[in-house]
Amino acid sequence: MTFLPKPKLHHPELAENALGYTRRDYEGAISTLCAGCGHDSISAAIVRACFELDLPPHRIAKLSGIGCSSKTPTYFLGNSHGFNSVHGRMPSVLTGANLANRDLVYLGVSGDGDSASIGLGQFAHAMRRGVNMTYIVMNNGVYGLTKGQFSATSDKGAKSKSGAINRDEAIDLVGLALQLGASFVGRSFSGDKAQLVPLIKAALSHKGPAFIDCISPCVTFNNHQGSTKSFDYVRAHNEAVNFLDVIPAREEITVAFEPGSVEIVRQHDGSLLKLRKLDDTDYNPRDRLAAMSFLAKHREAGEIVTGLLYINPEETELHDQLGTTETPLNSLTEAELCPGSAVLAKLNATLR
Amino acid sequence: MLQIVKTETAALQAVNDFVVKFANVNGSGSASANQLFAKSILRMGVPVAPRNIFPSNIQGLPTWYEIRVSEAGHLAAREGTDLMVAMNPQTWDQDLASIRPGGYLFYDSTRAIPASRFRDDIIIIGMPLTELCNAAYKDARQRQLFKNIIYVGALAALLDIEIDVIEALLKEQFRAKEKLIAPNIQALHMGRDYAREHLNCPLGLTVRRSGALGEHISIDGNSAAALGAVYGGAMVAAWYPITPSTSLVEAFSKYCAKLRIAPETGKNNFAIVQAEDELASIGMVIGAAWNGARAFTATSGPGISLMQEFLGLAYFAEIPAVLFNVQRAGPSTGMPTRTQQCDLLICAYASHGDTKHVLLFPEDPHECFTFGAQAFDLADRLQTPVFVMLDLEIGMNERLCRPLTWDDSKRMDRGKVMTEADLEAGKLFGRYLDVDHDGIPYRTYPGTHPSKGSFFTRGTSKDEFARYTEAGTAYVANMERLIRKFRTAEDLVPAPQIRSADNATTLGAIYFGSSSAAMREAQELLAGQGVDLDLLRIRAFPFNDDVRHFIDHHDTLFVVEQNRDGQLRTMLINELEPTPAKLKRCVHYDGTPITARHIIDLIEAHLPHRSAP
Repeated sequence: MTFLPKPKLHHPELAENALGYTRRDYEGAISTLCAGCGHDSISAAIVRACFELDLPPHRIAKLSGIGCSSKTPTYFLGNSHGFNSVHGRMPSVLTGANLANRDLVYLGVSGDGDSASIGLGQFAHAMRRGVNMTYIVMNNGVYGLTKGQFSATSDKGAKSKSGAINRDEAIDLVGLALQLGASFVGRSFSGDKAQLVPLIKAALSHKGPAFIDCISPCVTFNNHQGSTKSFDYVRAHNEAVNFLDVIPAREEITVAFEPGSVEIVRQHDGSLLKLRKLDDTDYNPRDRLAAMSFLAKHREAGEIVTGLLYINPEETELHDQLGTTETPLNSLTEAELCPGSAVLAKLNATLR
Repeated sequence: MLQIVKTETAALQAVNDFVVKFANVNGSGSASANQLFAKSILRMGVPVAPRNIFPSNIQGLPTWYEIRVSEAGHLAAREGTDLMVAMNPQTWDQDLASIRPGGYLFYDSTRAIPASRFRDDIIIIGMPLTELCNAAYKDARQRQLFKNIIYVGALAALLDIEIDVIEALLKEQFRAKEKLIAPNIQALHMGRDYAREHLNCPLGLTVRRSGALGEHISIDGNSAAALGAVYGGAMVAAWYPITPSTSLVEAFSKYCAKLRIAPETGKNNFAIVQAEDELASIGMVIGAAWNGARAFTATSGPGISLMQEFLGLAYFAEIPAVLFNVQRAGPSTGMPTRTQQCDLLICAYASHGDTKHVLLFPEDPHECFTFGAQAFDLADRLQTPVFVMLDLEIGMNERLCRPLTWDDSKRMDRGKVMTEADLEAGKLFGRYLDVDHDGIPYRTYPGTHPSKGSFFTRGTSKDEFARYTEAGTAYVANMERLIRKFRTAEDLVPAPQIRSADNATTLGAIYFGSSSAAMREAQELLAGQGVDLDLLRIRAFPFNDDVRHFIDHHDTLFVVEQNRDGQLRTMLINELEPTPAKLKRCVHYDGTPITARHIIDLIEAHLPHRSAP
C-alpha cells in the first residue's frame, strides 16, 4: 500500500464537465492492486460517474473499511476527503459523518469480507436505518490481502485456488439489502462498464441507502476454474434484467420513449432513470417482493442477476426520520447550541 | 397491633444527623414516595444525600433507598441505619441487622411477626399499613401506591417534618394531573394522623429547619453531564443502552427537546442515534467528529471493552471524541447496578499498541456539568478521545452540589482547523505537521476547498502529509509527536485540587471522583483523632507537576480508590515513577459506595503505631 502520486500531465483537449473539471480532477493516486484487478475497473467507473454527474470532487466524502477493496479510495477522487476506517465498520463511521453534514455526497466502499463477515451487522443496520449513501461492495468472494481464504459470499461448492471446496452457504448481500429496507439495490460486474457506470450514477443521485453489489474477480486468488467469481464464470452466468441510462435533472428531456419497453423513474433530486427492459424478462424494479422472489429463483439456478434490481424514489432517509435541521450540524454555532446562563439559572431553581 | 417495645439500650437521639433506609420490592412504586420524603427534608433546608440501591431487575427483587441527613453536609454514604422502614419481608433479617443499637424499626404490622424475628436493642414501631389501605381503598394498585404515601405521612409525624412542605411538593409533582393531588394529600394525612394518635411522636430523630443548604441544587450526575453536553455544543450522540449510563443519553434527549429546537422550523439542532452496539456508537462518534461535529457517546465498562479498536484509530488518526463512562463493577458483566472506579487502566491505555488517553474525573454533578462541557473543547483542541469518568454512585444518585454556572462570553474552542480562506491564502497544510511545536497538527473538515486541504484519514502509519508510509523514522516521529501532544494536554486539563491539613504532615492521600465526599469526611474525623492528612484530588489524566510535587513532599501516600488492584496507584507509578512503596493501596470495591469509615480503616491499617488495641 505504497503511496504513488499520479504525474499531473493534462492533455490539452481533455473534456470538461459542466463545472469545468476534467476526468483527471476525479482521479486519485496510482493503484497498487494486482494488474487486472476488478477493483481498478470499479474505481475507474466511480471516477467516470462522478465526472459525468458534475459532482464537485471536494463535496464527496469517500469512506471504507479494511481490505483490498477498502484501499481503492486512495485511487479515485484525490480531491475528496477519505477515511480508511477499521475492518467492517465503515457503515457506522459513514453514518456519523453523514449526521455531521448532510450536504456532502457519501460514498462507502467495502468488500465481501468487510461487509458480509466482520461487518455484516453494520451493513445491515446502515441499510435499515436509511443512511443517505452509496454503498458499493467490491465482491470477489475471497480474502485477497491475506492470500485467498474463502469469504462469506463464496458460493457453496466453489473451489479455492489451492483446491479446497467451500462447504458454507453464501451470504447474498443483495437479498439482505432488499429485506433490510435499502431503497436502491443493484448488482453489476466490474467487467461491464456500460452497466456499472450508469448504476453508480443513479446510486449517487439517489436519496437514501443505495446498495451496489459489484462482482469483481480477484485475478490473483479467485479467477481459476471452479471459482464462481471468475471473469469467465460471471460472463457465462450474467443475467442482466435491464439497461440503465441516467438523465441528470438539468438536462431537458427530449427523447420519446417506446411504451412498454422503457420505464422512467424520477428520483428525488429530479434526475430521471431510464430503464430499458431486456428482451426476455419482464422485471419490475419497483416491486420489492417480486424482486426478492425473482432473485432467489435465479440464484438457485446458478445465475447472477444484474442491473437495477430495486428502486423506491419516495423513501425517506435518516435525517428525515430524525427531524434534523437542514443546516449541516457541524456548522451550528453557540447561538443554536448553547442555551446560555439565564436558562441555567432557571434550571437551577427547579433543582432545589 | 401497635407495639412499642421498650428496650434497655438508650434510643438514638439526633437532630438533622441520621440515616433512614427504606427496604422495598422493586416495581412497587415506592421510589417516588421515597424521593418525596427526601425532598421534603431538602426543602426544610437540611442537606440530604439519597442513594438508590437496586438490582439488575425490573420487578420483584429487593431494592433499598437510603437517605443520609447531615446538617454538617456530609454527603458520602455512612454505615448503619438509624431508622429502617422495613417494607420487604424478603430482606427482613438483613434489614434488622443493619439497624444501629438504639435505632428505630418502622414496619407494617398488619400481619403478626413472631417475636423471635425482632431485636431487643432497637425501638420497634409497628403500623398496620396494609390494613389501613385495605379499609380505605378498593383498587389493588391504589392500595399499593397509597400505602407508600401513607408511610411518608407517618414518618413526617415521627420525624417532625413539616407536612405543608410535603403537600407543596405533591402539588408540584401532580401539577399536570391535578385530580391526583387531593387523594395523595388525603393519604398523607391518613398516615400522619394515625402516627400522631397511636405512635410516640416525635422520635429521638428529628428534622429541624436549617439554612445549611444555601444555594445548593440537587441533581444526578448523568443529568448534569448531559446538560454539560448540551452547553458544550454536542451535535451528535450515538449510544447503546447500558446501565448505569442510559439515563445520561435519556437526559440529553430530554434537554435537547426543550433547548435545541430551531425556533423557525421546529427542526432539531442535534441528532441522537441509538446504535446497534457500542462498536457502532463509537464509530458514529468518530465519523461525526471527523466531519467537524461535536459528538459523544455514553457507556459503561463492557461498552468500553467493545470500543477498543476504534479508540486506537481515534488516537492514531487524531479524531476528537467524547466518551462518558459511567463505571460499574466489573470484570465482565460484574455487578451491573453496583458502583466502582474500575475502568481507569482500560480507558487510559485503551486499544492495542502504545496509546494514552485523556481522562477527566468529576467529583459530583457540578463537575459532571463543567467537565462534560469542557470535554468537547479538550477533544477538539487535542484531536483525541476524551473520557469523562463518572460512576454509578455520582451518575445515578441525586446529589447536592453547587449550582451549575455558565459564562455567556465563552466560545467553543474548535481547535486547529484550517478554513477555506487559510487554504486559499496558501498556508501550508500537512495533516500531521507539528507547526506550533505543541504536538497538535491542523486539520480540515471534508468539503472545505475544491483543490486544497483534502487528505486521507487512516489507521495505518503515515507521514506528516497523511501519506501512507512504513518508514521507521516517519513512524517514530509521529509517535513522539503524539507524546508531545499528550504533554501539552497536562496544562489544558483540570488541575488537581489540594486540601491541606491544619498542621504540617508527612501523610498525604490521593483520591478522585466519587470518593471525594467520604475522603473529606475522613480527613475531618482523622484530624479529630490527631492524624493530619493532606489531600490531593486528581481531576484528570495526564497528571501534571502538582501531582509529582505532592508525592515528592510526602513520605507516605494513601491512594484511595474503588477497585481491587489500585488502578490509579498503578498509573501514578507508571507515569511519575515515584518509589512504589511510598504509595499505599487503599481500596474499597464491594460495589457499595465508599464511606469515611472505610477510608479510615484502610489508612489506619497502614499506620503501625496506631494499630487497634
